Amino acid sequence: MLKHRLIPNIILNNGNVVQSVQFKHTNVIGNAVTAVDFFNSWAVDEIIVLDVSRTKDQRQNFHKIISGLSKRCFVPLTVGGWISTVDEINQFLKEGADKVAINTQAVANPNFIKEASNIFGSQCIVVSIDVKKNNSKKYKVFVNRGTEETQLDPVDWAKQAEKLGAGEILLTSIDYEGMRNGYDLELIKNVTQNVSIPVIAFGGVGNWQHFVDAINIGKADAVSAANIFHYTEHSTYNAKEFLSNAGINVRMPVFYKLPTPRRPKYDEIY
Amino acid sequence: MLAIIEYGMGNVRSVYNAFTLLEQDVQITSDPKQLRDTDAIVLPGVGAFSDGMRNLREKGLLNELTEQVIDNKKPYLGICLGLEFLAEKSYEGGITDGFGWIKGTINRIEPSDLQLKVPHIGWDDTKILKSDGLLKEMTLPAFYYLHSYYFKIPESQKNVITSVCNYGDVEIVSSIQKDNIHAVQFHPEKSQEAGLKLLKNFLDEIKK
Repeated sequence: MLKHRLIPNIILNNGNVVQSVQFKHTNVIGNAVTAVDFFNSWAVDEIIVLDVSRTKDQRQNFHKIISGLSKRCFVPLTVGGWISTVDEINQFLKEGADKVAINTQAVANPNFIKEASNIFGSQCIVVSIDVKKNNSKKYKVFVNRGTEETQLDPVDWAKQAEKLGAGEILLTSIDYEGMRNGYDLELIKNVTQNVSIPVIAFGGVGNWQHFVDAINIGKADAVSAANIFHYTEHSTYNAKEFLSNAGINVRMPVFYKLPTPRRPKYDEIY
Repeated sequence: MLAIIEYGMGNVRSVYNAFTLLEQDVQITSDPKQLRDTDAIVLPGVGAFSDGMRNLREKGLLNELTEQVIDNKKPYLGICLGLEFLAEKSYEGGITDGFGWIKGTINRIEPSDLQLKVPHIGWDDTKILKSDGLLKEMTLPAFYYLHSYYFKIPESQKNVITSVCNYGDVEIVSSIQKDNIHAVQFHPEKSQEAGLKLLKNFLDEIKK
């Protein structure tokens, strides 16, 4: 049976891994390569890396980081943040990414989803949707790293993204992100009931039960989190074990003997 | 030396990275001539069947592949599209001829359970039918799949199938082996230790 996926999200601000609370970034945790090595506790099913820098000044550095990461990442790697052209998607794929997440540019020009999925295939195009309740308590899609409100309703937008060729939806609640009270289950449910492509839930995990809720109540196909994985050892493995014990069909790591060093030596990455 | 063929279909870099981790000398190439001097050939690829076949033809790779793999019996590993190309033809977006090295056709995955999503994306259990060669020392591994079409092999030819994955009532052929030809539908380069183990097993096969 197809398994539910556990996906750590590595949030990078000017090349540093940061914690994120309602899209405000503090606490530099370290560099991304260490983070990926850390996640090579071999329990994660995929990795997402997002560039949330406020400017594109350090963009070349971000590309270098992706090339370095992909050498150590033997699960699918999704890259997002600031992506607005076919050329840049191509560049990320050449650097070893498997999928890209598109957000602001998809709203600005929905046809970009169509263009990108025609060229690279739907499986490569994740549409990332950031959602926040506005002043009149209505769910609205926000763009530009959560700074700009649009008139889009998240469910309508998700449906449109699917129609245009998106392969997956990465769904983030800005209000819940970093608050550790669990996912916005109502939002997740609204979206999963209305699209037939996989939905990755993100934002708000404070304990492992929150993953179970997103899958059982929200009907999410995959669950993602960032901050919670930073401070505890073997955290992804423990999360997997919790999910498995809760009766969720997940992949448990099996350790095959490989005659090579577990931590191979690579050339200098940066 | 092992050659990975680059023909404009998807990310060959991750296949390269996986073999590099296994300390295998490996080269990415689009040049047919380079296939003559290698010990083995890997053909990865994600995307449309017809685009892939066209690219292989236009670059002169198809003729060279046939000569090296069929005539010279050089070990071949096909990944995803590299498995689907082995078929006689594909029904993806019209009818396109494949290599025809293995009997059967490429058909769309259509489980009768409409809850099951297509493409078939994610980690899925893989039932091993022949536990030697690439699958040695494995029991029910989970591999990462990413495809909308699958290889349908006629009953009389099914002895080439080495593992399968049941997706609802569709039995997806996960891997094939026939003499020097090996192929997998899933992505070993993205399937962590299970995938790396399979690639290592392929390297062991080459050395035999």
